[in-house]
Amino acid sequence: MSNDNDIILSSATSMSTLTINEVSKDGFGYNPSVGPQSNIITPEASTFLLSSKKSIITNNPNSIYDKNIINKKNLEISLSSLAFLFCEMVNWCHSNSKGIQDLETRLNGLGYQVGQRYIELIKLREGFKTNKREVKIVEILQFIHGTFWKAIFGKTANELEKSQDVLNEYMITDNVPLMSKFISIPKEYGELNCSAFMAGIIEGALDSSAFFANVTAHSVPITGYPLRTVFLIKFDDSLSIRESLRS
Amino acid sequence: MSKSSKYNGDDIWKNNVEKINSELFTLTYGSVVAQLCRDFNNNYHEVNNQLDKMGYNIGLRLIEEFLAKTGVRRCQTFRETSEIISKIGFKIFLNIVPTIENWSSDNKTCSLILPEPNPLTEFVELPITTDSKISKELWYSQILCGVLRGALQMVQLDVDVNFVKDVLRGDDRTEIRLKLNKVLKDEIPAGED
Repeated sequence: MSNDNDIILSSATSMSTLTINEVSKDGFGYNPSVGPQSNIITPEASTFLLSSKKSIITNNPNSIYDKNIINKKNLEISLSSLAFLFCEMVNWCHSNSKGIQDLETRLNGLGYQVGQRYIELIKLREGFKTNKREVKIVEILQFIHGTFWKAIFGKTANELEKSQDVLNEYMITDNVPLMSKFISIPKEYGELNCSAFMAGIIEGALDSSAFFANVTAHSVPITGYPLRTVFLIKFDDSLSIRESLRS
Repeated sequence: MSKSSKYNGDDIWKNNVEKINSELFTLTYGSVVAQLCRDFNNNYHEVNNQLDKMGYNIGLRLIEEFLAKTGVRRCQTFRETSEIISKIGFKIFLNIVPTIENWSSDNKTCSLILPEPNPLTEFVELPITTDSKISKELWYSQILCGVLRGALQMVQLDVDVNFVKDVLRGDDRTEIRLKLNKVLKDEIPAGED
């Protein structure tokens, strides 16, 4: 099905162009810049809802809106299942991509959607414990590096550093990135790092928290940790202005 | 008494499986399906096909890990096979145990009923739109059919696997239909007469 002339933009790119004023045709759908509120009930929408058998507001105790997501028992599954799925994702992105860069962008896009949703979930669960909202770059990075990472991967990330040379650049290091654990990169794909998916998760989470950033994954192996990956986080310039106002 | 009791899915799950948080899996799978819908321009038949293909590729490799971890021997009947699939296969990979029912009289067709919540569809709802195409055409968890088909093919069972019901579509339960077409002959390695 792949058409060589037709690049499919990653969702990350298309989503960043969405604005608050964007409302889908029939009032439904998820606009990430507005969040769940985008389900505006217009006259059109309400007629449709009332006439349809399916209803958003439901009395069914099993509907996803009625489940307790804060005290939910934590379900576990096998790491292999995720690894198998991830492998197929890389495969699919690879068969549609034009090169290493493009492949990483696609993986990043897939992760982006995960990050957007996950930060919402983890904030609901953990946010009320700390009872505060992270408003500074360092705070949100600590949250991502600690709580967020722990909730997703079951451990905190290894290092969190600030770049010496470039303003607005930070690095999170993971010695054994979970998703790429079973992936070995063939020589001809030299620079490829499948943790681009994880970079996408971080980017989605940061963007949703209004810390606009670009995140890329780079392999920096050291002895004992051949898969060690550095996630380079480049914040948008506008953030340094905001940061200076808040300090 | 079925033979599957020889093998204990719970024990293998507890002692021999590296585990992760299921939510990461759920969200990742959701992201894949959403991306496929975009890539195929909401042609849900194509999406189902692609998910099935991905599952098939997974199944071909997954069976190896399954056999290595469980040491399950050749099953004598398809009934036994189905027990192993649900009590051990689903248990050690997805940590759920579907129930098996609806056997046909020739013992070649049965249904797997997936319990809720299952790790593929937690948090999931098909978008409510004026166009109900998605809830008529998309089988959200189609990847499972591919996995079963691929894995069973590697143990010489040619089966048809497809969804007949899905809670996401508003059905009362999620049901996968398994149909045994034939038992393939063991292939003789090339070069031997």
